[in-house]
Amino acid sequence: MTKPKALFEYLIRHADDTMILGQRLSELCGHGPILEEDIALTNIALDLIGQATELYEYAAQVENKGRTANDLAFLRLEREYKNVLLVEQKNGDFGKTIVRQFLFDNFQLLNYTQLLNSSDAQISAIAEKSLKEVKYHLKHSSEWVIRLGDGTEESHQRVQESVDDLMRFVEELFFQNEVNELLQEDRLIGDCEEFKQQFYKNVNNVLTEATLTIPEIKYHQKGGRKGIHSEHMGFLLAEMQYMQRTYPGMEW
Amino acid sequence: MSNKEWPLWEVFIRSKQGLSHKHAGSLRAADAEMAINNARDVYTRRSEGISIWVIESNKIVASDPDDADALFEPSNSKVYRHPTFYTVPDGVGHM
Amino acid sequence: MKEVNISDLERKFEERIAAEIRIEPNDWMPENYRKTLIRQISQHAHSEIVGQLPEGNWVTRAPNLRRKAVLLAKIQDEAGHGLYLYSAVETLGADREETIDDLHTGKAKYSSIFNYPTLTWADIGMVGWLVDGAAIMNQVPLCRTSYGPYARAMVRVCKEESFHQRQGFEIVTTLAQGTAEQKAMAQDALNRWWWPALMMFGPSDAESKHTEQSMRWKIKRHTNDELRQMFVNATVPQAELIGLKVPDDNLTYNEEKGGYDFSDIDWDEFWQVVNGHGICNKERIEARKKAKEEGIWVREAALAYAEKRAARRKQAS
Ligand SMILES: [Fe+2]
Ligand SMILES: [Fe+2]
Repeated sequence: MTKPKALFEYLIRHADDTMILGQRLSELCGHGPILEEDIALTNIALDLIGQATELYEYAAQVENKGRTANDLAFLRLEREYKNVLLVEQKNGDFGKTIVRQFLFDNFQLLNYTQLLNSSDAQISAIAEKSLKEVKYHLKHSSEWVIRLGDGTEESHQRVQESVDDLMRFVEELFFQNEVNELLQEDRLIGDCEEFKQQFYKNVNNVLTEATLTIPEIKYHQKGGRKGIHSEHMGFLLAEMQYMQRTYPGMEW
Repeated sequence: MSNKEWPLWEVFIRSKQGLSHKHAGSLRAADAEMAINNARDVYTRRSEGISIWVIESNKIVASDPDDADALFEPSNSKVYRHPTFYTVPDGVGHM
Repeated sequence: MKEVNISDLERKFEERIAAEIRIEPNDWMPENYRKTLIRQISQHAHSEIVGQLPEGNWVTRAPNLRRKAVLLAKIQDEAGHGLYLYSAVETLGADREETIDDLHTGKAKYSSIFNYPTLTWADIGMVGWLVDGAAIMNQVPLCRTSYGPYARAMVRVCKEESFHQRQGFEIVTTLAQGTAEQKAMAQDALNRWWWPALMMFGPSDAESKHTEQSMRWKIKRHTNDELRQMFVNATVPQAELIGLKVPDDNLTYNEEKGGYDFSDIDWDEFWQVVNGHGICNKERIEARKKAKEEGIWVREAALAYAEKRAARRKQAS
């Protein structure tokens, strides 16, 4: 594998993470269970789609085949999307949406912090801008995990179920292969093993404050980084790509 | 249907220009952190502010409109507090 | 004379209205003024909130990254508008959740335009261009409405509205200048949205039961028909500019009145939709009900947590 190919692959992974999660959150626009939270979740969706746009733009530039950010976002096959399984999971109830967000925010915070030191100026610039957004997302989701976990009996039970369900997708956030190794050689990216412990510590701290228990996961679910998704993904893409597929090659 | 509501909060925002905090509106939130977060999302979507104050609405003490005469009329007669009270010669320019 | 009989307070109130002095929450006001405001502002708030739904219908299918972000930001603004307005309602002593329950039981109305379906991407353009356009026409004079909190909410709303109409017109323009298929999509959408947009201004002046009193109290500044005429005058040239045809064969410019003459509105359709029998009425209310019901446990949890924490802090100190 060449270095530009590796860089493209790396950018696509993270662009897809933010795009697909942004897409999921945008399903809630107008349907959020609480008005103020409808606005908050839409803000997060907007930030994520903004991050996706920057990452796709850079990926398109690195690929240099005339594809645009929009082509990458809307016109690939399901197997070519490399997002982690966590972000494509359905919204579920408000608690599940929050837990999914909380886990992803925790990863993004540490990952972007590491990428501030990237030898690639464009990557560190994207990381710097995104980090400001992610800090707020994490504050928001952590506070909610605590409120729901330590709220009523019902909320505790609901959010515990979501934690139990979603924790099996967490390990995949730390997926690394030769793509990462190649990019680490030139310090374009760091080794995410370095902050894995910190990640679990941060997550556990909040879950503990929320009086939630951390489930022991025996079977971690992985596949997204290789383009093997859950069954939800096809429907998500069918909706997201509807216009581009129905009316090929038009400007909107 | 349960309608137990979150308390009402008043939101005050200071804009970039460094002016005082100004009342922006109100919102509902269960606690202070949530009130601040919601105020940010509801009232500063276009970078209207750099600082937010929130206070529970029921903690605000307002003047009684019936006392308006006693409270505000005395200063109506103190026009010397306003710059337009003073004449300056032409040519002084902006002062 | 009638004046002799009205109370001192009422006279003082009428004087303030006449002198264009804003009425504020703690001021004395006639019960009917309060009721009219609660009805109008909450109806307005509900319209902002229900109005998220037809556009939300296309957020997940927006054709590119830019359009998706713009549409999200636009719908989010509408939620914000709903909140500003519910805040204004609450200054009148009404309760937000109770007014929302009135919406859900059908007791309170919202703008009937949102009971029309958004069937193609061009509809999203039409909603921005025509529906937000008509809303702006309605809302700009409300910045001077006599009730302070309502007027201030409207100032904020109007500031944010300006991009809404533009983004819609940009979508429509792009289609009108696009392929034959896109142009047809735009024309079809205009055909479907034109008349409902004109209906947004409400029944004709002769039929409008609230207009007269609202004008006297300076809650309203123009009649429904005046606003409708202003909208037609502003919008027809925009359609011509981008080569779309307004679906009204009787549309002609009347030099004398300095505006367009246009066909009569189908009032049967108007009342049918207002009274809850439009194609989407049921879905819209159901969607909002579902959102509220799904929020109950969240609301309770946050409250329970806030109470627990306050108690813990008290104990610690
Ligand atoms: Fe609006
Ligand atoms: Fe709008």
